[in-house]
Amino acid sequence: MSGWMPIADIAKQVNAGELKAAEMVERALKVINNNKKYNAVIATMPDRANLRAKELDERIANGEYTGLLSGVPFIAKDNFLTFGSETTAASNILRGFNAPYQATAIERLEAEGAICVAKANLDAFAHGGSTENSDFMVTKNPHNESRVPGGSSGGSATAVMLDMAPFALGTDTGGSIRLPASFTGAVGLKPTYGLVSRSGVVAMASSTDVIGPIARTVEDIALVLEVMSGQDELDSTTIDRDPEPYTSLDRISLNKVKVGVIKEHMGDGVDADVRARIQATIELLKNSGADIRELTLPSLDLALAAYYIVVPAEISSNLSRYDGQRYGFSHRDATSLEESYNWSRSEGFGREAKRRIMIGTYVLSSGYYDAYYKKAQQLRTKLIDEFNQAFKAVDFLVGPVAPMTAFKIGENTKDPLKMYLADVMTVGVSLAGLPAISVPVGVDGDSMPVGVQLIGQQKNDRKLLSLAKEIQGLMS
Amino acid sequence: MISDVVRKTYTPTIGIECHVQLKTITKLFAAVGNDARDAAPNTLVSHICLGMPGALPVLNKKAVEYAMRVAFGLNVAPQKYSYFERKHYFYPDLPKGYQISQLSQPIILGGSVNLELNDKHKVVRINRVQLEEDAGKNTHPQGKNYSLVDLNRAGTPLLEVVSEPDIHSPAEAKAYARELWLLMRYADVSDADMFHGNMRFDVNVSVNKDPNLLGLRTETKNLNSFRAVEKAVEYEIKRQIELIEKGQIIVQETRGWDDAKQKTFSQRSKEEAHDYRYMPDPDIPPVVLDDYVVESVRKSMPVMPIEWRRRLAGLGLDRLVIETLIDAQAETPEANYLPFIEENLAEVAFSKFIVNHIVNTIDPIRKETSRTASNWDMYLKDIYDLQHTNKLSSTNAKALLVTLLSSGALPKDLAKYAEEQGFIQVSDEGEIAHIVSKVIKTNPKAADDIKNGEEKAVGFLVGQVMQNSRGKANPALAQELIKKQLDV
Repeated sequence: MSGWMPIADIAKQVNAGELKAAEMVERALKVINNNKKYNAVIATMPDRANLRAKELDERIANGEYTGLLSGVPFIAKDNFLTFGSETTAASNILRGFNAPYQATAIERLEAEGAICVAKANLDAFAHGGSTENSDFMVTKNPHNESRVPGGSSGGSATAVMLDMAPFALGTDTGGSIRLPASFTGAVGLKPTYGLVSRSGVVAMASSTDVIGPIARTVEDIALVLEVMSGQDELDSTTIDRDPEPYTSLDRISLNKVKVGVIKEHMGDGVDADVRARIQATIELLKNSGADIRELTLPSLDLALAAYYIVVPAEISSNLSRYDGQRYGFSHRDATSLEESYNWSRSEGFGREAKRRIMIGTYVLSSGYYDAYYKKAQQLRTKLIDEFNQAFKAVDFLVGPVAPMTAFKIGENTKDPLKMYLADVMTVGVSLAGLPAISVPVGVDGDSMPVGVQLIGQQKNDRKLLSLAKEIQGLMS
Repeated sequence: MISDVVRKTYTPTIGIECHVQLKTITKLFAAVGNDARDAAPNTLVSHICLGMPGALPVLNKKAVEYAMRVAFGLNVAPQKYSYFERKHYFYPDLPKGYQISQLSQPIILGGSVNLELNDKHKVVRINRVQLEEDAGKNTHPQGKNYSLVDLNRAGTPLLEVVSEPDIHSPAEAKAYARELWLLMRYADVSDADMFHGNMRFDVNVSVNKDPNLLGLRTETKNLNSFRAVEKAVEYEIKRQIELIEKGQIIVQETRGWDDAKQKTFSQRSKEEAHDYRYMPDPDIPPVVLDDYVVESVRKSMPVMPIEWRRRLAGLGLDRLVIETLIDAQAETPEANYLPFIEENLAEVAFSKFIVNHIVNTIDPIRKETSRTASNWDMYLKDIYDLQHTNKLSSTNAKALLVTLLSSGALPKDLAKYAEEQGFIQVSDEGEIAHIVSKVIKTNPKAADDIKNGEEKAVGFLVGQVMQNSRGKANPALAQELIKKQLDV
């Protein structure tokens, strides 16, 4: 069981003066310190966190209300620009980088009294599904130290499950929140594309990057989303938030809900244990009166191929700015501009970043653009059409987050293609910009958690959270 | 050297790309000041201009409005749907490693520019106009082992205007460059300050004996005056014809312009050209223009040069005078020269009087003092009336105007002011008669000549009268009195 109260209760008690923000920070930092062996956290920011806690406690002592998240400690994936510590995206090329501004998501959380206490490990630049691609260290699964926590937000999910903080922030470009949530037993939300501002978050692939919370419960997730979401003048791809609070989760009457089971995601490629847990969840929904239908999305099988063209293309572009000229790692021995570029990037980027830069550069090259990038975008359009068709028949889609549970550290590192397969069930949703959530639905034979993936229509994040809450209830 | 005869056997073909900096208050994608002219290096920068991690571009709506204005100036409606793309290359003045530009769906497609040449009217078609961000500026200090980068200009909005290859001579190239400059000034979208590089021209030049075929072209980049455009085109045409005549080939390449030597020089050949790996910019939603917004911009457009030429031609003015007025209006739009002329078009004689004084008095003073006198138009009607009731000579009319402009005086009663300043013409017969008799006395030889029928001598004596009256005498009256006093 979680050592933390529900987030809303913490904020209530801190605002009432019954709990001190300083105590919350102290406790979070202590748990972080006691669990260093998991490599979940790259850096803590005790000075800034303690200062903010002190200020909050003083304001509360003066009778002020200090916000929906007052005194709630949280951990941000290290690709969020924050004050108080370096922002590295777990990459050598950004080692030593002190952000001159903060991400909008961080600003909004702080404005409601939340306190960032640490930065979580990730696959460098969020490139990966296991957190083994961090340039600094490999995060270990909180349930089994020989296993990966999933990725790329593996540090965030592990931190939450080790009670380092009540919630953590992740980013999800092709599954990077859902996968580690599934592998660690956390709840992880990938909101609708554009619902949370990307400003101040190190970009991976701009057209699918989203920001979302990882926590223990759907209610905690909803409250964090409530604070972070909505239009931001610093990100022109942001959209209007739901006019209703995300915390007002309707009791969904399950006997009115139509849920589609994605046939392509329940096939032989899925581990038997995983399939069994998902099947059991579907049975529970059915027994509660839900209308379960099997659906097919023919283009979904090609989603992974399209994803690994579109996303590396955007990565190769977004990583161009790391050139060793203005900030971050710059090779000191270079004697010419050419050398400075080549050596700074060659030594600053890790293997996976370089692999994706190469693929992305290739698919955008003159003569190859039409064959790869353009075709992948066409497939993406077709996939969006198929999802739209599906949502004419059903309210939600359901399936596994991944075909497997947490694998062993090192098991897939030699075969990038095998590693990419962990994303096969999450990338389609990312390409379509849909909201999706991973909710824990039990464990496999090795006691490793299994997550169910619930997928909603664009902007239906609140409805999706409502369904997730029902499933959470059915599981307890 | 090639002879004119040989030269005339070739048809030069020229297309011009022009980069225009828009005068928006902030940059194209960042809320940072855009006027870098007097700013210290790297003071007009934000996390967006610096290409910091996590920085996202946010499109400046004013720049889009300016692009719409340019579209209408080019006689075409803007595209209802356009989007931005990333053009990738590494250079220290390009912080993100890509320039945000437009390729597939620019904001303007088509359009035209109307040129007035000595002997003809010519239309140059526009291929496209794309909205994009400028790069920063690198400087390489002499003898140092480093270069300096100033990112003040990084992110300044640019319109790149690409013409069709419809231009066929250096004179046409120059006229086209000037016409684009006029257009940007009239549309009020750019300071179009050539000295500060607000407009930069790239000329693509080729020659061929068959006027229906295009030769291999060269592109001479970064020309920043109309004259440089003319001279660079002239030079390239000659250079290319000479090469062909010598049996050599023309290399398709980018060239620079050495203004001191008045020569183009090779910069890089096509083999070294970049693969820019264009892709749609996922950070910026496509620009979709509402009909009513486009319509309101169209309605807000001022009268453009082509229309002014038509209206001024109605006054029967000389082409050069018209072009001087068109230029004057462009250089000092706040003076409203042309609208003032237009207000008075009904009175043909008076409007010609206005034109005459703008061209010969007011605008030369403006150029000399680098400012337009705020009272330039306030007394023209009064001066005109005084001159046409013989109270002012034309010389003194000009002198009076000059006095008013340089002093900035704002007299309530101009006639009185002119009197006080000694400009009013003396038409009092007694006073002039007195001067005439004095002049006749001091110039007996001229008086004798007149009596002997030498009409020329009358002019001389009138001149003497004018001198003695310090220009105030009515010369017609003086002449009449001279003849009367000498009985001729």
